Amino acid sequence: MTPLLGVENLRVGFKGHGGTVTALRDVSFQVAPGKTLALVGESGSGKSVSSLAIMGLLASNARILGGRIRFAARDGRLIDLLGVDARLRRSLRGAEMAMIFQEPMSSLNPLFTVGDQIGEMLLLHEGLDAAARRRRVIEMLELVEIPAAATRLDQYPHEMSGGMRQRVMIALALICRPRLLIADEPTTALDVTVQAQILDLMRRLQAEMGMSILFITHDLGVVAEIADSVAVMYAGAIVEAGDVGPLFDAPGHHYTRGLMASIPRPDRAPGDMLVPIPGVVPPLSALPPGCAFAPRCGRADAACEAPVALRAAGPGTQVACHHPLVAEVAHG
Amino acid sequence: MWRYVLKRLVGLVVVVFFVLTIAFVIVRLAPGDPAALLLGPDATAADAASLRERLGLERPIFLQYLAFLGGAVTGDLGQSIFFNQPVTQVLAQRAEPTVFLALFSLLFAVMIAAPIGIYAAYRRGSFLDQGAVSLAMLAASVPSFWTGLLFQRYLATDLGWFPSSGYGGPDAGFLERMRHLMLPSLVLGIVNSALILRFTRASMLDVLGEDYIRTARSKGMGEARVILRHALKNAAIPIVTVVGLTFALLVSGAVVTERVFNLPGMGNLVVNSVLRRDYPVIQGTLIVVATLYVAINLAVDLLYAVIDRRVKY
Repeated sequence: MTPLLGVENLRVGFKGHGGTVTALRDVSFQVAPGKTLALVGESGSGKSVSSLAIMGLLASNARILGGRIRFAARDGRLIDLLGVDARLRRSLRGAEMAMIFQEPMSSLNPLFTVGDQIGEMLLLHEGLDAAARRRRVIEMLELVEIPAAATRLDQYPHEMSGGMRQRVMIALALICRPRLLIADEPTTALDVTVQAQILDLMRRLQAEMGMSILFITHDLGVVAEIADSVAVMYAGAIVEAGDVGPLFDAPGHHYTRGLMASIPRPDRAPGDMLVPIPGVVPPLSALPPGCAFAPRCGRADAACEAPVALRAAGPGTQVACHHPLVAEVAHG
Repeated sequence: MWRYVLKRLVGLVVVVFFVLTIAFVIVRLAPGDPAALLLGPDATAADAASLRERLGLERPIFLQYLAFLGGAVTGDLGQSIFFNQPVTQVLAQRAEPTVFLALFSLLFAVMIAAPIGIYAAYRRGSFLDQGAVSLAMLAASVPSFWTGLLFQRYLATDLGWFPSSGYGGPDAGFLERMRHLMLPSLVLGIVNSALILRFTRASMLDVLGEDYIRTARSKGMGEARVILRHALKNAAIPIVTVVGLTFALLVSGAVVTERVFNLPGMGNLVVNSVLRRDYPVIQGTLIVVATLYVAINLAVDLLYAVIDRRVKY
């Protein structure tokens, strides 16, 4: 099946004081129709840059240095997002691909009512009049389970809780029924109980509306809940990718394994310590020549100084490592 | 909301009371005897004494103060020594050029500053941004009398686009009078645009970095809509503040420009009244200007609540 979104060898740099720093190094991944891909990584690993590049919302000092982003539009065309003119790109944004952000507190404009902000999508992409917009917005607010939707839409963001605002953001993103939803850490800023509700809601809406989701997170627990496949990013490159089940059962990359060992699990025996990954992510301007994770990796040797690319590992998984873990028990 | 307005109005009364007192004291601290000045160098000491008596200047200062306060409360700001007319009447005659000069100047200032400030913020660091900031510095640094003289020389005398000075003849119609205000308004507008430009640029820069601007872009709207609808409204509070302050300053501070363009406004009046030691007129002008100042600030504060619903009074 043709993927809905295909990112191929994407390279993005940022122009800074000391020259251009490469933030994405040949990143490739695909999102299948109706499926969820999770991009996982620490801050600065390039997961948000990837999503902003897809949306065309990179900061003005960012440069696309190479690669392609192909998107299967509703009318059947396969569009190279980096090659098309700004007008077509803008008409896709919001209508066919939409995004929700990490901070529901600051992502909504404080000076407009939520109904106004959601309805603006319909004005921009469908040209509906005020009465029709209002009806559709109420429907959508009910769909994201906001109680008393007909009165809530006349409220301002500051009159709502964080969870409510994230529901509003989801309503805003989905009201034009986009084919792709990019969710950039949508639950990170929320309480744990609210997190679970929002994840439930997103799963339900995906089942109803059939959109694909690119879910960006640093939380492996969330990945297990929502994603079909996963791509682990480290220092601007994907180090491991595959279906969630096989990848979680037998991570091939030492970094993935380290990530999994460093999260608390309910079935952990009392007294078992969490194992942190030693060291810190190297600055993007001073990456080692070979495997970027080598300086922090217990298994690194001279071979790791050579460049390493993704290659097939287990069933449906790929890993970029000179010494991949093979069929070991991953849970430490 | 209404409680807040009431509280602020009480505050306004207190401020005006202090202004009344300060005006009264300062005017009397200035050296020079108004009676002697009025009568000229040939007057005898006895003439001056009798005039002082008639003007009430011989009474104890405290009684003069009480009489002044009592009058002010009932809307009587006294009698102009020089014009021999009630001060309120003298001020009313001079208000039109000053108020319209302030309004037009503000309009010019905003029309110059807002688009450039917004664009400079949007294209931060560009050639236009740096040019705009330098121009604003230049506009703020050049004194208004110099710009005024320059404009009179080239735009009025050489090109004949505007009258060079004055306020039209005694029978000039309203439009003709307003035409006389265009050149001085442009001068004041340019000078005052600098501050508004800087505030607009700084405020827009802050807002353009906000998350909700990224959200707006993610919705697929054009940049014009992002800037003018989503950013500008959020940037408006500091801009409205400085526009309000500029207006208040223009009402009180157009003295030099009024003199350069020989306009019969309150600025000219107050300078002449100081030279003539016309105490009641000086006091009256101070009171009117101070009241306007406080009232404009109140209006700006109330405007905050209209722009931003989170502002609660």
